[in-house]
Amino acid sequence: MRLTNLSLGIALGLLTSVSAFAAEGVSTKRLHPKAAEFEFEGPFGTYDRGALQRGYQVYKEVCAACHAANLLSFRNLAEPGGPGFTEAQARALATAAKIPAEPNDKGETTDDKGTPLMRSATLADRFPSPYPNENAARASNSGALPPDLSLIVKAREGEAHYVYSILTGFHEKAPAGFKVTEGKYFNPYFEGWNITMPPPLTENGVTYSDGTKATIDQQAHDVVTFLAWAAEPKMEERKRMGFGVMVFLIVLAGLLFAAYRKVWKDAH
Amino acid sequence: MSGPSTYNPKSGLERWIDARLPLPRLLHDTVHTFPTPRNLNIWYTFGGILAFCLGVQIVTGITLAMHYVANANLAFNSVETIMRDVNYGWLIRYIHANGASMFFLAVYIHMFRGLYYGSYKAPRELLWIIGVLIYLLMMATAFFGYVLPWGQMSFWGATVITNLFSAIPVVGSHIATWLWGDFAVGDATLNRFFSLHYLLPFIIAGVVVLHIWALHVPGNNNPLGIDVKSPQDTVPFHPYYTVKDAFYLVLFVILFAAFVFYSPDFFGNPDNYQPANPLVTPPEIVPEWYLLPFYAMLRSIPSKLLGVLVMGGAIVTLVFIPWLDTSRVRSCRFRPLMKQFFWGLVVCCVLLGYCGAQSVDAVKFGIPMVWVARIASIYYFAFFWLIMPIIGLIETPKKLPASIAQSVLGDKAAAPAE
Amino acid sequence: MAATTSDAGTRRDFLYVAAGSVGAVGAAAAVWPFIDQMNPSTGALALGSTEIDLTAIQPGQQIVYKWRGQPLFVRRRTPAEIESAKAVDVNSLPDPLARNANLPDTALANDADRATKPEWLIVKGVCTHLGCTPTVSTPQIPEGEYGGWLCHCHGSEYDTSGRIRKGPAPENLAVPPYTFMTDTRVKVG
Repeated sequence: MRLTNLSLGIALGLLTSVSAFAAEGVSTKRLHPKAAEFEFEGPFGTYDRGALQRGYQVYKEVCAACHAANLLSFRNLAEPGGPGFTEAQARALATAAKIPAEPNDKGETTDDKGTPLMRSATLADRFPSPYPNENAARASNSGALPPDLSLIVKAREGEAHYVYSILTGFHEKAPAGFKVTEGKYFNPYFEGWNITMPPPLTENGVTYSDGTKATIDQQAHDVVTFLAWAAEPKMEERKRMGFGVMVFLIVLAGLLFAAYRKVWKDAH
Repeated sequence: MSGPSTYNPKSGLERWIDARLPLPRLLHDTVHTFPTPRNLNIWYTFGGILAFCLGVQIVTGITLAMHYVANANLAFNSVETIMRDVNYGWLIRYIHANGASMFFLAVYIHMFRGLYYGSYKAPRELLWIIGVLIYLLMMATAFFGYVLPWGQMSFWGATVITNLFSAIPVVGSHIATWLWGDFAVGDATLNRFFSLHYLLPFIIAGVVVLHIWALHVPGNNNPLGIDVKSPQDTVPFHPYYTVKDAFYLVLFVILFAAFVFYSPDFFGNPDNYQPANPLVTPPEIVPEWYLLPFYAMLRSIPSKLLGVLVMGGAIVTLVFIPWLDTSRVRSCRFRPLMKQFFWGLVVCCVLLGYCGAQSVDAVKFGIPMVWVARIASIYYFAFFWLIMPIIGLIETPKKLPASIAQSVLGDKAAAPAE
Repeated sequence: MAATTSDAGTRRDFLYVAAGSVGAVGAAAAVWPFIDQMNPSTGALALGSTEIDLTAIQPGQQIVYKWRGQPLFVRRRTPAEIESAKAVDVNSLPDPLARNANLPDTALANDADRATKPEWLIVKGVCTHLGCTPTVSTPQIPEGEYGGWLCHCHGSEYDTSGRIRKGPAPENLAVPPYTFMTDTRVKVG
């Protein structure tokens, strides 16, 4: 009897506090990012090549519609430490992409109807932006600016875990009493819990060429791996060099310590 | 001790150069035979470590400047080009960014060492003041440097700090405009900050020469705080301290490398990986960790002008330390009371640093952080202006050893010549 | 004086030598990144290669491209121009060498060694005298006597194979490294 009363009391208390969310300004601080395993973390972590290639596919087919990645060039896809496409594959991916063309002989950059003239990208070109400028981006996204994804993993506290949590956090139910703002979506991993981006990932939204099952979790994992590489293409080289440097320094420290003791032996 | 040179050129070449430019002699006297107290401990290796840090920052900085573009539209991307395309650019950039943090870690240890062992006391007052000047120049250099990547924190940190000058009555806003070269922080500001960031390290190098010169007149202090009385108290700098400094330098570099290679963004702020946006303020504007204690002091005072004065006063206070401490005894090893307050100062500085990283209205364990900052700031000023003068007069110091040699060698030491 | 005597003890010397050499090796390895960072970045190297689409170029027409910061002449030669280029005796030329980056330095300036596909002559548009950009000669507006190019700076004249024939320039116009990816697409550099 007392336990039932107690639990009823607790439930009532919780409900009251929950329903007072918006009214009392109860914290809508974002939840701590999910603990997820990424193979590139840790001092010996490397990027999984398959994940990078699948992640690029997710970026290209899902994210690139709204998000630019201006710091990446097509040649990066074939460079060491990255997705490991061959130069031919990277060139094919580049040729499939269209970017605004340089002015033609008449000095025009648009055709008669005002549509910008486009050309195929080459390896040297940067990834194309989905919008020509910030205003166009905001106009197509309810006033919000989809951030460039080149550095997103380093530009957010929680890094890869934060981005992964956002992508997989849309299915969570809003607590009773919390009203989702009109035109936005509930995501408790985003500060304020209201995010303008609609859930980008759907089950089997992408068909992976290597046959991997494209669950939301898999897509999120792969695209976050890709974005982690996009933010730090040199990570593998950094960790590799780090190991050699640390070994060298420890050996040197050992030798110097022995020399130091030898020199000072007579002094005391 | 500076005295007549004992240099004896061994080869014809050395003799030829020395007769025309006494550089070999200078190196011999200052680095090779320089009599150094035989009891210097690990805390005395940080001077050499600091010189190494300055060298590293200059070399990495000059190579970065070969690729960096100081233009508001291009700066952020030029840094990313360094990270992605320039051969070893990522390495040089991470060394430079983490090198700044290591530089300040070393300088704080170096300064606290000076406080603990009384290295600021006569006849080393000017040595200490020159050190404060180097510290000031370092803070200015670091501030200018952090603006250069033109990220969100670069821009807004610059805005907050330059806006402080507008606190000065009458001329304040004119000074701020003069610093900006515009109505607000912008391209003009970025360019001049780059120029000054390139210039100041070389001024630091010159002042460091004065610092070492001022040190070499009386010679090093030591953990006992007692003067060198006989040659038995010292050993030649080479090989004793060259090998010791080299060993501890490598340990320092191991820590440095751990950050550069395994956690290069540890000291940084994620907001600085977003390009600067003058229209959007980040939720928290925070300087780099080594400026946090002063930032905390500044924010703990509700009045803008008073906050600036308190922050400035905290640094200016350091200049007066040689005259604020009334004790005849140098080293805290023999000052049981002062020792406690010293550690209190260390705790207070760490607390201030912690407060500086919190938001202004943060409350932890039921205590508003702003009050912790206020109390810590009061302790800071009380330590130098009240505790130092008073403790020196009322404290009973422990008995000092007869000599350094006596303390180190025990009975094997000969009695010092009176 | 508590000075160290130079002890001939081999163990201590070996330790010093070992520590010193390991330190020196480390210092040398540490220097390399600072030297290599001045080499062209991967971005610069990527732009070092240009792919050119040849379909729009008419016979007798030259297009000027920018390659590695300098002009590049891509000229679609008419049969007459090819004939006149082949008819020249290499030994009579001021510069008998091919100056073709695709061939060994000793190759001679036969037209076949200047243009692998005779219809397409690809040369750097940089006069080998002092670096000006020569003007192309067309049947409508001839420049120089040899049907190739005339450099207006100091009067050097090049033929339809880009070889120097008259004037102060010491060498034939340089042929850059190139490969035909298809019949209508060439990658230079």
